[in-house]
Amino acid sequence: MSDTHDLPDEVASWIDAVRYEETGDFPVERGYIWTACASVENGNPLFWDDKAAAEITEGPIAPPSMLSTWFRPHHWAPDLDAQRLPLQVHFDLKDRLGLPEAVMTDNTMTFHEPVRPGDVLTTRQRLRSVSAEKTTKLGTGRFWVIDVEYHNQRGELVGVESWTGFGYARSER
Amino acid sequence: MTTVTAGQTLPELTYDVSSTTVVLGALATRDWRPQHHDYHFATERNGVKDIFLNAPNQAAWFERYVTDWTGPLGRLGRMSFRMHDSVFPGDQMRFSGKVTDLSDDGTGCRWASLEITLTVDDRTCSTCSARVALPVGPDDNPWARRGERWQP
Repeated sequence: MSDTHDLPDEVASWIDAVRYEETGDFPVERGYIWTACASVENGNPLFWDDKAAAEITEGPIAPPSMLSTWFRPHHWAPDLDAQRLPLQVHFDLKDRLGLPEAVMTDNTMTFHEPVRPGDVLTTRQRLRSVSAEKTTKLGTGRFWVIDVEYHNQRGELVGVESWTGFGYARSER
Repeated sequence: MTTVTAGQTLPELTYDVSSTTVVLGALATRDWRPQHHDYHFATERNGVKDIFLNAPNQAAWFERYVTDWTGPLGRLGRMSFRMHDSVFPGDQMRFSGKVTDLSDDGTGCRWASLEITLTVDDRTCSTCSARVALPVGPDDNPWARRGERWQP
């Protein structure tokens, strides 16, 4: 998908490079796990029954789909400075490529080691590809794929979220 | 669970969405954006008819739908979804799904590929593809797989 020859050198240098490594604001905790399960009435015993969790998953785990939950910043904190953007590479691409609009078209989550209460996760972003210029009904721009990788405090990969974005300039009407 | 075959359909799940569903789902995923809890913001700024379900909470609904079917030994390996239309308070969500493929990988892990649709009336709101590991027999536990033996 990448066609790096027509990309600015700076953007081309981002492909496959690790960027924006960050540690979560708080350890994974069961209160949030239960609230998340309650929000969708998920009665999976892995999250509610310690005996089942001990037998099947060697102890309690978090629902895999909660991966990104552990990285959304507090709405307020005493030392919170500028608002962090969860997918900064996406915004960097818009800026450097001069594409003022963008939409996310696809999201794929891949789950590896289970996330457990007490885990402190780190995240990092990796630009995987940028397409040549394309014109869609939204406008002219480029598609890109960004992976957000999540690791636990032991360095084990727990999951990857892969986002496809389309940055574009609106068509003249 | 009973024997799984390719082409098999999953039991449907229906759920009546309220404002509480939307707000609880947003807060449970730490999503503070106002279109998921503030009616006036949603209608006046976003131009939609009400607050609406956020994406991470939809992922949680899809996970629940899959593991309601597999039971706790089912282990999600991969999930991708695309949102086509919004889900609002007052809507009745209907989840339906189908096993599109069943295969064992090189490590002996059995994978079911699922195609799932979330509809409200005649609107397709989201579609999801999932890959979930299932136990091969009574002594198999996909959660015990690590390292090279887990290839999601």
